[in-house]
Amino acid sequence: MSVIDARALRKAFGVTIALDGVDLRVEEGRILGLIGPNGAGKTTALNAILGLTPYQGELKVLGRDPWTERDQLMRDVSFIADVAVLPRWLRVSQALDYVAGVHPRFDRAKAEGFIAKTTIRRASKVGELSKGMVAQLNLALVMAVDAKLLVLDEPTLGLDILYRKQFYDSLLNDYFDRSRTIVVTTHQVEEVQHVLTDLMFINRGRIVLNCSMEEFESRYVEVTVHPEQAPAARALKPLHERQIFGRSTLLFDRGDRQQLAGFGEVRTPSIADVFVAVMGDQAGETQGAVR
Amino acid sequence: MNNPSNALPEPALDSQVIAPAAMAATRPLYWSVRRELWENRSIYIAPLAVAAVILFGFLISIIHPSAKTRAAWLDPAKQWPAINMPYDIAAFLILLTAFIVGIFYCLDALHGDRRDRSILFWKSLPVSDLTTVLSKAGIPLAVLPLVAFAIIVATQVIMLLLSTVILPGKGVGAATLWAQLPLFRMSLALLYALAVMALWHAPIYGWMLLVSGWPRRATFLWAVLPPFAIGVIEKVAFNTTHFGNLMKYRLIGWFTQAFALWAKGNAPMDPLAPLTPGKFLSTPGLWIGLAVAAIFLAAAVRLRRYRGPI
Repeated sequence: MSVIDARALRKAFGVTIALDGVDLRVEEGRILGLIGPNGAGKTTALNAILGLTPYQGELKVLGRDPWTERDQLMRDVSFIADVAVLPRWLRVSQALDYVAGVHPRFDRAKAEGFIAKTTIRRASKVGELSKGMVAQLNLALVMAVDAKLLVLDEPTLGLDILYRKQFYDSLLNDYFDRSRTIVVTTHQVEEVQHVLTDLMFINRGRIVLNCSMEEFESRYVEVTVHPEQAPAARALKPLHERQIFGRSTLLFDRGDRQQLAGFGEVRTPSIADVFVAVMGDQAGETQGAVR
Repeated sequence: MNNPSNALPEPALDSQVIAPAAMAATRPLYWSVRRELWENRSIYIAPLAVAAVILFGFLISIIHPSAKTRAAWLDPAKQWPAINMPYDIAAFLILLTAFIVGIFYCLDALHGDRRDRSILFWKSLPVSDLTTVLSKAGIPLAVLPLVAFAIIVATQVIMLLLSTVILPGKGVGAATLWAQLPLFRMSLALLYALAVMALWHAPIYGWMLLVSGWPRRATFLWAVLPPFAIGVIEKVAFNTTHFGNLMKYRLIGWFTQAFALWAKGNAPMDPLAPLTPGKFLSTPGLWIGLAVAAIFLAAAVRLRRYRGPI
């Protein structure tokens, strides 16, 4: 059984189509990055998976229908939205009490252990904590839940670089194992590149790219060439070209590495570069769409 | 982590389902009600503040009574109403406070967490929308009446103790005082009144909860203007006031159904005497109101499912 299994998932807000027939399958033990411009449908897809929004098409998460069985599903699914969703009036101790009270899979001692490593005081209200501390608190609550699927929607939005790094480090070191599955959306693509096992680009409600990171690394090649060699390299039909310091960097999909090595040093591009190459010409058109 | 995921899926699943099933029903509800009390401390602070003001006023009134009051205390014909009245006023004011707190609580109950986006956090926990709505409906229907009861009884006991200390100096003996104020029986009557009011007002609270889960802003206007508009349109179009009368009946009709109107007596009266629970329970208005409240709450649960941050 796949953790997430979606077929022809569709969702429209009035005339705006947020999801346009998405097929998606996520297996156990994967860390999937869902990358797309604003308004591409990422959050809508996550909301459908979490049972927060109705949809058309078929969707099963851990074998359940999220829209009708959200409360049952949430025993096995954890969710962190961007940092501001813990209410300001809630005290740290109350957050622990409440989650311990309602969640059968919550290990309170574990959560207390995570919090003890931070500077968060238990008597503080969420409104008194810094953004980074709120994210740490939310992460501590979530990591203490023995969930099968963790969904992260822009979890590090607005955090400084130290907190962002720490966030993914804790997640990988203290939480992730091969029986868990993580789906993450983020704009800070470079920070998750080494974390992901799978990658999905989504744009205007459609999946543009869906591959494992191994596949990504063997498929995309980047080479920087001298201006005089550029025409020869361009003849090999690069996906995208960009200019840096007067030299051209060409990005190829399924390029022949040996042939390209003749032009210069061959590298695996960053997700961000491939993202720009794949989406660059379409990105402007998605402005104003529903996120 | 250590689940035998592939080997024995069926038994593993069963045992997981049974264990949480026992806690599924009541524990999330209990903690959700507690959460409401953490968030809305006005539920007990507002009636406590009113009680403090009442006690302060009462203390002054018995230390420096007006000549008229003083005469009434000593006149056997006026003694009972004069001694009882402050206790009734205290109970009334605290009940009124609890009602107002309940209305404003309901208008924000399913709105506040959409406004501050915390609905995403609450919905990420295994708590059903039904549990959430019931926990919020439980505040005006059960928690506020119990809070009001405790605070009223405590206030009246303190009033009686203050009187016992101060009034003998003004010519009213402690024995007379205690004979005039059967606090235990008064508390029973109060408990009855609180239950009656909660049941009778259930559709009002249900409506407010439903409205709080619906618009993006101005829940108060959405709750109040439509009934008001219906009343005005009816008056203009047909020159009748049926809808207005219906609203009035819903607001205060419980009193005539649950209590017999008694003659203004001067003698000490049993506080339990005017209670008419049989009449109240056989009033169609009670059961129609409860049915309407159930419909409003069911609609609020359904609406909650579609709701996200605003």
